[in-house]
Amino acid sequence: MDASLAASKDDAQTGGLRSPVSAASAGPSPLTRKPVSDWKETLFSGLVRLVALSVLVALTGIIVALVYDAWPTITHFGFNFLVSSEWNPPMDRYGALVPIYGTLVTSAIALVIAVPVSFGIAVFLTELSPAWLRRPLGTAIELLAAIPSIVYGMWGLLVFAPVFASHVQPLLASTFGKIPFVGVLFSGPSMGIGLLTAGIVLAIMIIPFIASVMRDVFEITPPMIRESAYGLGCTTWEVVWNIVLPYSKTGAVGGVMLGLGRALGETMAVTFVIGNTSFLSSPSLFMPGNSATSAIANEFAEAAPGLHTSALIELALVLFLITLIVLMASRFMLSRMQKH
Amino acid sequence: MTLYQKRKIINNLALGLSLAAMAFGLFWLGWILFTVVQQGFSGLSVNLFTQMTPPPGATDGGLLNALVGSGLMVSLATLLGTPIGILAGVYLAEYGRKTLLGSATRYVNDLLLSAPSIVIGLFVWTVVVSRMQSYSAWAGIAALALIVVPVVVRTTENMLLLVPDALREAAFALGAPKRIVTLSIVLRAARSGVMTGILLAVARIGGETAPLLFTSLSSQFWSLDLNKPIASLPVMISQFAMSPFPDWQRIAWAGVLITTMAVLALNVVARTYFRQKH
Repeated sequence: MDASLAASKDDAQTGGLRSPVSAASAGPSPLTRKPVSDWKETLFSGLVRLVALSVLVALTGIIVALVYDAWPTITHFGFNFLVSSEWNPPMDRYGALVPIYGTLVTSAIALVIAVPVSFGIAVFLTELSPAWLRRPLGTAIELLAAIPSIVYGMWGLLVFAPVFASHVQPLLASTFGKIPFVGVLFSGPSMGIGLLTAGIVLAIMIIPFIASVMRDVFEITPPMIRESAYGLGCTTWEVVWNIVLPYSKTGAVGGVMLGLGRALGETMAVTFVIGNTSFLSSPSLFMPGNSATSAIANEFAEAAPGLHTSALIELALVLFLITLIVLMASRFMLSRMQKH
Repeated sequence: MTLYQKRKIINNLALGLSLAAMAFGLFWLGWILFTVVQQGFSGLSVNLFTQMTPPPGATDGGLLNALVGSGLMVSLATLLGTPIGILAGVYLAEYGRKTLLGSATRYVNDLLLSAPSIVIGLFVWTVVVSRMQSYSAWAGIAALALIVVPVVVRTTENMLLLVPDALREAAFALGAPKRIVTLSIVLRAARSGVMTGILLAVARIGGETAPLLFTSLSSQFWSLDLNKPIASLPVMISQFAMSPFPDWQRIAWAGVLITTMAVLALNVVARTYFRQKH
């Protein structure tokens, strides 16, 4: 051991002396030799830096390109674009209120359903599940995220929507529909497709994202604190609600934000089940609507060059900016969590 | 009712709800997979792999051009995006751990990871399709590659950081320059993790539809010309699923079965492969 260490030390020193660079330098001792400059080394580090920089530039590039192509409508309609509900391609008048409303409402429905369910799943996976079931069940939930969104869309339109219209919507209308004020949300014909259906399908799609972040942050609660609480006689639920959740609150909210970011930008599944109409006549969630993504997916390929194309690109820009803000909030919260 | 009983009841209720939430999640997974398998198998036939997609009016056809188009675009996008992703990941883990460029890139990469894929499609439309005045397979490849890059960057960085610093120091002590240490020691040690990331990226773009809608568009003909629109499985599925013809929907279900099974298989393989190596 000692011998080999000494040998390698010797090698390093003699290697240093023999190197042409140190021979050229005036320093008498190998300790003061200049670092070996190697063009391959510079090239490689330059290359990886350049590539990393290009990732950075990509985001700026996306925003700049979208602003550039959306400029005609930005100057033409100004702020009205965001508050007008008139989306009228034949008259070339565009207001994005209906699609933005659709995006926000469907995402809100998705969160209302997905947050408690994901919390339950995370609690089950961290506290209740027998150890041997943890991994298979966790993987099964994560597979929900792996199913392509087109599959959700086709299943939602051809399988889920008919069942929803014939069994669930009448039930909702006869129960929640009777409550004053809230009832108006559950009124109208049961068509199967519409804002509520889109929200439910979105909820299924974002459950795996929220649940896996929640599970991860629940798991980093120090076992010492958890076991102290059990030692004091707390029930499992009391440990989760009073110890684990307060400890991992920021991280859990970060996970919810991540799910929201996904829900806002989801395209194909929503396009299939939301109903695709730019007119909104009633506040009912049973009504068909439009989301930013479904409006783009449906209209862009046939949009006439000019204001229509530009309006759809501005819609994408608005969507992108909202998503970025939500994701930044998510990142901020999750990074605070890691510092604990 | 004593306080003790009340606490026990609340506990049982909450844990019961948690069990119900788990069942709720698995219920949807089961329902979706059941439908896909049931409907998909009934639509599965040899014609799918030997015939082109049916033109309007025709009822019989296959998915050959869509399968080939998807395979072509997914593999080229992976070939294009993976090296970029790995190099950027290497920068983050080995060269720029604490630098400003490093943290900025890491931050932006995390945002891009969850960016709506339809926005990426529109971005490629604005810079490629509208400038070239034509939809093309290359535009679709560019959009998919833009989705591959953040996934690979993230996993590469994470996997490289798992390699203990002692290994790097040992290599440096033997006189290896940083480039050699990175490429032949660290990247080699993290090989299986990086592979997992690539597999997950392929699984991610395998089912992507939204970014292809306005880039590679679609085509009902056999085409390998990357400067022309090209058929792809997900776009075909979305067109056929929305069509009123039962025969077309049957083809779409078969396509859904193929896509879902391929994507889920890639996910499972990636996970088990990684677990075996670690």
